[in-house]
Amino acid sequence: MTNNYRNGPFHIETIRIEMNSTGQGRKMADDILIIGAGQAAAQAVQSLRAEGFEGPIRLFGDEPYAPYQRPPLSKKFLAGEIGYDRVELKSQDFYEQANVETHWGTRVTEIDRKNKRVLTGDGREFPYGKLILATGSRVRELNVPGFELEGVHYLRNIEDVKSIQSHFREGAKMVVVGGGYIGLEVAAVAAKRGIDVTVLETADRVLARVVDPIVSHFYERVHREEGVKIETGVTVSGFEGKDRITAVTSGEGKSYPCDFVVVGIGIIPNTELAAEAGLEVSNGIVVDEFCRTSDPDICAAGDCTSHPNAIYGHRLRLESVHNAIEQGKTAAATLAGKEKPYNQVPWFWSDQYDLKLQIVGLSQGYTEAVVRGDPENTRSFAVFYLKDGALVAVDAVNRAPEFMMSKMLTQKKAKLDPARIRDESINVKEIAG
Amino acid sequence: MAKVTYIEDNGTEHTIDVPNGTTLMEAAVKQGIPGIDGDCGGACACATCMVYVPEEWLGKLPEVETMEETMLDFCERREDNSRLSCQLVASDELDGIRVKMPESQH
Repeated sequence: MTNNYRNGPFHIETIRIEMNSTGQGRKMADDILIIGAGQAAAQAVQSLRAEGFEGPIRLFGDEPYAPYQRPPLSKKFLAGEIGYDRVELKSQDFYEQANVETHWGTRVTEIDRKNKRVLTGDGREFPYGKLILATGSRVRELNVPGFELEGVHYLRNIEDVKSIQSHFREGAKMVVVGGGYIGLEVAAVAAKRGIDVTVLETADRVLARVVDPIVSHFYERVHREEGVKIETGVTVSGFEGKDRITAVTSGEGKSYPCDFVVVGIGIIPNTELAAEAGLEVSNGIVVDEFCRTSDPDICAAGDCTSHPNAIYGHRLRLESVHNAIEQGKTAAATLAGKEKPYNQVPWFWSDQYDLKLQIVGLSQGYTEAVVRGDPENTRSFAVFYLKDGALVAVDAVNRAPEFMMSKMLTQKKAKLDPARIRDESINVKEIAG
Repeated sequence: MAKVTYIEDNGTEHTIDVPNGTTLMEAAVKQGIPGIDGDCGGACACATCMVYVPEEWLGKLPEVETMEETMLDFCERREDNSRLSCQLVASDELDGIRVKMPESQH
């Protein structure tokens, strides 16, 4: 087996004595500690070594697993098509060869910036030189009567998936609360398994927060064609049942009998640790384009951050793999003494049935949605979102060329002619004219 | 099982055992081999896992499907022998294959 990182010796217990300006000796740890063990953390480990950092790295995660990919949890992993070995991000060998001390199942409970140490839930403390906060996000909970009943589930981690799968049998009745990406992906997997699925959405259409009505109506049509019932304008007011859930009730006075429920109503960034340590937090841990928090010794990366984006001209908090990977790289570079600013067009994807949705950019504030292809009768089209003529986002369903091309065009804020977008006789590569 | 050698643009070689059924992208990313990013986790959505395959191995690989072709079409450093390693599944037949990575995947 080739060794990727052993360019020099790594000293796990390196402590050096530095003299500060008043001449007093002070113990300084070189250690970089990474709090949180998801996609951003795994990337940061790899990038720290690739950037030449040779000091000790310690990685803390509160789940009993090494970092794994979350996107498949609501797709192929939920469907049982792939197992843990296929979602695990890095092999055990990787952490050994990179000489990383891993602490799975260990929650960091406090960052003591004054003494530059972190405390863990099991009562230990670890000194740090620099920190990377990769604390991710958690599900938003629905606090309605009956929330504690058995059979009410959320989907964020591997254990959640196992609980949901335990209900999977043909003919079982499932209610999905929330018509966002997670809810619709779960609905698609369950429908394929012969489960009777009803999706309840508060807004008047699914995916209302993120896409144009054209795309919402397309997904509603496909789900109905696949046998899923979708009810919009429904506010869930409670869960009924003795110990186990038997029905979901709505504020509109309807009752939806079910054997289990999956709630997917969004996520909340995990910022408490940072806030309690006095770091600036405002809809995420506030960082600059180098992933630095308000403390120069502490970086943050991934779902938990609020970061500047020059392309859109405002701060973003993103829930995506791409963002986690790129910020993981940037944070690592910063702590290794290099400057690699993060400023990219975000992208996302969602798999439902035979639909591969690829999303470029953020459509908020668009002034015109231009359709290429036929979303009413086919399963392949793209919607281009223009803001005052310039491309800000694209939703591409089974349209990889449109997706790839619009990644470049969005980065450039290209001005596009709607007529050329609609005209399918023009190759997408020539769409900008 | 296939012994696969990944060659970085600078010539550094990494040889690992890839279990049958695992893609060449997955194995490389799991081992942290530089030069293959695989940002989308194998969903064929990012084209950041391109490799160059020597002529003698090209014929042993599955045909390029539409999706892969589309993604490759947008790779800046595409050559005639380019493939996306997320679409290459290890098997005994690929034992000994050597693939080369581009200077950058972006």
